[in-house]
Amino acid sequence: MTQDTSKITSASEVELLSFRLGEEEYSVDIMSVREIRGWTRATPLPHAPAYVRGVINLRGTVLPVVDLSVRLGMAPVKGDARNVIIVVQMGAQTAGLLVDAVSDILNLPRSELQPPPDLAADSAHNYISALTIVEGRMIRVLDLASVLPEDAVEAA
Amino acid sequence: MSNDPMAEIKASFFVECGELLESLQDALTDMDEGAYDNETINVVFRAVHSIKGGAGAFGLDALVAFAHRYETVMDEVRSGRLEIDHDSLKLFFHTADFLADQVAAARDGLPEPDGSEACLQELEALMGDALPPPEEEDISDFQPMGLSLDLGISDAEFGDFGLPPQLEDMPDESAPWSLTFTPSSALYASGNDPTHLLRNLRDLGEVVLRCDLAALPDFDTLESQHSYLSWHATLPGELDEGDIRDIFEFVEDVCTLELTRTSQDARAETTEFTLPDLSDLAPLGADPSSMAESVEAGPAQQADPAPDTPAPAETPPPAVDPPAAKPTPQASPNAEAPGATVRVDLERIDRLVNLVGELVINQAMLAQSVAEAGLPQNSKVMTGLEAFMMLTRDIQDSVMMIRAQPVKPLFQRMGRIVREASAAVAKEVRLRTEGEATEVDKTVIERLADPLTHMIRNAVDHGLETPDIREAAGKPREGIITLSAQHRSGRVVIEIIDDGAGINRKKVLEKAISKGLVPADVQLSDAEIDNLLFLPGFSTADQISALSGRGVGMDVVRSAIQALGGRIAITSEPGKGTRFSISLPLTLAVLDGMVISVANETLVVPLSAIIETATLTTEDIRSLGPQTNVIHVRGDFVPLYDLGAELGYRAPKSSYEGGIVLLTAQDNGERSALVVDAIMEQRQVVIKGLQQSYGHIPGVAAATILGDGQIALILDPADLVHNASGRTRGLETALAG
Repeated sequence: MTQDTSKITSASEVELLSFRLGEEEYSVDIMSVREIRGWTRATPLPHAPAYVRGVINLRGTVLPVVDLSVRLGMAPVKGDARNVIIVVQMGAQTAGLLVDAVSDILNLPRSELQPPPDLAADSAHNYISALTIVEGRMIRVLDLASVLPEDAVEAA
Repeated sequence: MSNDPMAEIKASFFVECGELLESLQDALTDMDEGAYDNETINVVFRAVHSIKGGAGAFGLDALVAFAHRYETVMDEVRSGRLEIDHDSLKLFFHTADFLADQVAAARDGLPEPDGSEACLQELEALMGDALPPPEEEDISDFQPMGLSLDLGISDAEFGDFGLPPQLEDMPDESAPWSLTFTPSSALYASGNDPTHLLRNLRDLGEVVLRCDLAALPDFDTLESQHSYLSWHATLPGELDEGDIRDIFEFVEDVCTLELTRTSQDARAETTEFTLPDLSDLAPLGADPSSMAESVEAGPAQQADPAPDTPAPAETPPPAVDPPAAKPTPQASPNAEAPGATVRVDLERIDRLVNLVGELVINQAMLAQSVAEAGLPQNSKVMTGLEAFMMLTRDIQDSVMMIRAQPVKPLFQRMGRIVREASAAVAKEVRLRTEGEATEVDKTVIERLADPLTHMIRNAVDHGLETPDIREAAGKPREGIITLSAQHRSGRVVIEIIDDGAGINRKKVLEKAISKGLVPADVQLSDAEIDNLLFLPGFSTADQISALSGRGVGMDVVRSAIQALGGRIAITSEPGKGTRFSISLPLTLAVLDGMVISVANETLVVPLSAIIETATLTTEDIRSLGPQTNVIHVRGDFVPLYDLGAELGYRAPKSSYEGGIVLLTAQDNGERSALVVDAIMEQRQVVIKGLQQSYGHIPGVAAATILGDGQIALILDPADLVHNASGRTRGLETALAG
């Protein structure tokens, strides 16, 4: 679990936290979610890529916040009281994901997750590790490793 | 943590070695200053001896062998058979350096350092032919005491602490030995068991043993952690004293041991035990559970485990006053009473420092919201909050002090640098240190070692003249380098002062011009010339010596100091010497900053980087290129940077008239002016690393959390300017817009 929580492992059940970005529904493996916070203004970082909203104070630690919507190639999250920041941890890295709203917690058998089809025209699919259908809605499972800011990007 | 319990013990042995080496250095320095008294010599002897003892326990043979030979020579000194003079002291220092290398080699599993054999031989040569080889017993003319204690060199290695000869009767050779062994509570605390010792004693030969219960109080008043028992033994006279003392070698610091030849009067007063009964004797206070406690209770009982304090804590129990127990450290002139200490994992301290940082921030947030709630000044909440604020500050200061360490070990390392450096360039140099007890953050100390080494080498190599030149100038042949540390208004100031020739400004200027560092027709003040030394690639030595002048010069020192939030200044007087002053923050966890705002963002600029602030007038601003401006400050042109534009918060403004600028200094002495919107306040901020959570951002050193809970970035002006575009002209507004 501590290794790489974003990768789907062999356990038969999977628990997902689903959230909304615009009209789309996404989800992350709940094991990688540390907490959910209300919206707070982030301090912008100079020379940061557009999807890095800035840093916030998470009980004394400096937490970078990624605007997931921008990261996935959509319009920025507005940033108001309804928006939330999902604090996720991957390995040693902790970051906040700014999303429109959290919708649900889903319990699914792992077998219901499908690999995403390979569509080259869509850059966003790189960030998706699996797809599933819940009550007629398609839900994308995020590949956390690919959405979090990498040091190399910032150092440049 | 480790699977190998020995590894942990070994690690603590090496920590202790460090302390012992430190006290060894101290004592040698005292001797160098003329303290040839027995106590000081004893400290040296004991330090070497304890290292040998510990090393023996871990089978570090090379270290044992080295320490043994050093010890032998020191024993000669102690017994007065070897005169100390300047040269021999130098050798002692040299050997102590090698001993430190040996310890390091043993710790890291490296081969023995080169040259230690040569060093030892040189050292042993001091003993000369006049002295008998160490193995020969020397019941000598010097020693009126004869047999009682300092029997000879081989015996003296084991245990006795070299008291000035005691005038005692010379008992008959064959008279039985009388031994009184009084363990202190520290003996039990360090996990020793008298039973084993006494069994070993029994193995030597026929022993009559009595346990002395005289000191044992009533059961009601008995303290379980206290040691009350002592043993009297009578041993056959033909035993070798050394063999007997050998048994007690590793507990000698935590017991009192009296060993004499008896006249036939028996001193039996108490209950007799024969040896086999000993197994039934539960060692007092030595049950494992209480052991740990009593170690921690060290301060109360002065019961530090033996090797911990080179000068053994003297034990409270009813000392019989045997000579061997006498050389207490108190008598030593400079010995500061060894404070009780606890070793704590650095990580835990850092955690505590972090938490206190949180506390400070939280307190500020609370204060702000109380202020916003509009409560009257004299309300209970307000007064309570004020008290809370003071407490928080006190806690913060105290916690910071935990990380603080005296600069002494650092200064001692410099002593070695001076010795090595002066030998390499054949100069006579003495290092004086002042304010060794000054405490600075551990990280600051660690990161100061390299720059300081460099500066000390420079002082020896460039600062001081050769002895002949000094003599010709009417100075003593021996040059003096003073290394001092002191606290000054919330910072620590470290100075390196030499009494050499001072900076040869003419030469410096010529060199700078020839290297193209400054234009040939430049007009510079003395101070400005001195500061040329800090320019990258400057090296004044005519010949590049092995010691310094490798091209990395004072510029590296300067940037290292600046990286620590420090400043370095240089003053020099021809013929009198040069003084480098380094001013450093006490800690790296907090920083004095100026809180500013730019484009509605709040930022913190380290106060140490700011020279001055100014408001711009039209006359100050001159356009330089199509996109850049400079400002005119007291005759200098300083490039103008718009902080908001450089950080990408906004496009450059069309006019900077009336704007506020911060004048900052860079590594190379160049200044730059940063335009800000407003200066809000000056305050201490707690530094939060960005590197770990995000990575490096050009121009940003770290982050902090302000009173409102918002994060503010702490700027690194030098880095910012380095990466800056310098666009400050309105032309860009349209393009960037």
